[in-house]
Amino acid sequence: MLKEMLVILFSAILVDNFVLSKFMGICPFLGVSKKMDSAVGMGGAVIFVMLMASAMTYPIYEYLLVPYHLEYLNTMAFILVIALFVQLVEIILKRYIKPLYNALGVYLPLITTNCAVLGVTLLNVENEYNFLSSMVNSLGAGLGFTLALILFAGVRERVEAADVPQAFKGVPITLVAASIVAVSFMGFNGLVTGIFG
Amino acid sequence: MSNFKTFSKGILEENPVLVMLLGTCPTLATTTLASTGVGMGLATTFVLVCSNIVISMLKRVIPKEVRLPCFIVVIAGFVTFVSFILQAYIPDLYDSLGIFLSLIVVNCIILGRAEMFASKNKVGASALDGLGMGLGFTLALFVIGSCREILGFGSWLGISFEDLLGFWPEPMLFFITPAGGFFVFGVVIAVVNLIMRAKNRKPKEKIGCEGCPHKAECTKQEGGCDAC
Repeated sequence: MLKEMLVILFSAILVDNFVLSKFMGICPFLGVSKKMDSAVGMGGAVIFVMLMASAMTYPIYEYLLVPYHLEYLNTMAFILVIALFVQLVEIILKRYIKPLYNALGVYLPLITTNCAVLGVTLLNVENEYNFLSSMVNSLGAGLGFTLALILFAGVRERVEAADVPQAFKGVPITLVAASIVAVSFMGFNGLVTGIFG
Repeated sequence: MSNFKTFSKGILEENPVLVMLLGTCPTLATTTLASTGVGMGLATTFVLVCSNIVISMLKRVIPKEVRLPCFIVVIAGFVTFVSFILQAYIPDLYDSLGIFLSLIVVNCIILGRAEMFASKNKVGASALDGLGMGLGFTLALFVIGSCREILGFGSWLGISFEDLLGFWPEPMLFFITPAGGFFVFGVVIAVVNLIMRAKNRKPKEKIGCEGCPHKAECTKQEGGCDAC
């Protein structure tokens, strides 16, 4: 049981990293990685929303869609729940937990249409995870996203200072740098089966 | 703007992927083969045209405050429709697109066009805009998919060069890995930048704020889009 959870967690963080091997959440990964503190804020917001979204969508799928044979509506139901829920969280945080709102507030509306959040809820269903596994999987996905974002923010601060060919300035060199970071994550292949297998 | 201009701007001038830098996730994830890229592009084009038409029709009905959730419901409806069709008639494509078929819902090109164009323009113009943008997206996916397939598999649209010519260097598997996807995408954008410079147009230095559906909210915040 514990072993199973650890396998899911580490797979999601390192081996099947959401950004660098599943290609989800590329927009914030490229957009919000310029400064280290915004990377940390964005990562925190994503972990929070992913956990909440998984906790909300699991009962909806299991107790509303499955009994009425409406599984094919999962995309529509999930994205609506996520969109409404993020707005609700924003309002609650703004009213009652001001410091947390100041730290995460800017990033919350951006996350609604982040494919990593919808992606993790759909993957939970696709892999037939139970509630606990779903939560562990989304925690791993969020941590993996944050790890990639923070590592990449560090790389980018160096890239900004580098002298690159004119045509590669800006976005292209950022993507090439992302490619090299992704290569380093390929090194984790087989890690989880190696340790827990 | 003439009808032709409305249609054609999305294909080259304002190409959503190569110039506006939107929809990066499907661009990287579904381009290991040129044919998968085209399939993804056409599925997205269909959703984009239909949602643009419906949203343009409903533009007076949808209240401004809740417009994003309304747009999302319309888009999600068409995505569910497309995934049924593909599952029934082109199951191979359905399997290879996998979860990214559902994730068309959160493709920022579609939401972006709904917000910037369809909710402000007539039905006909919105349909043309959607078609142009969708074909531009398909073109970009086709170009990137072709590069990756030729270099990574040594084939193009499923035709193996080795069978065709009798010889071909060992394919470089790097290009079909995720890392190769980032690399090819970067190089293609660099080439586009070169072409734009040659035409004396300034290439974009920043990532996707122009067509981003959250631009309005983002610019309200301190630091605006630079906060990203």
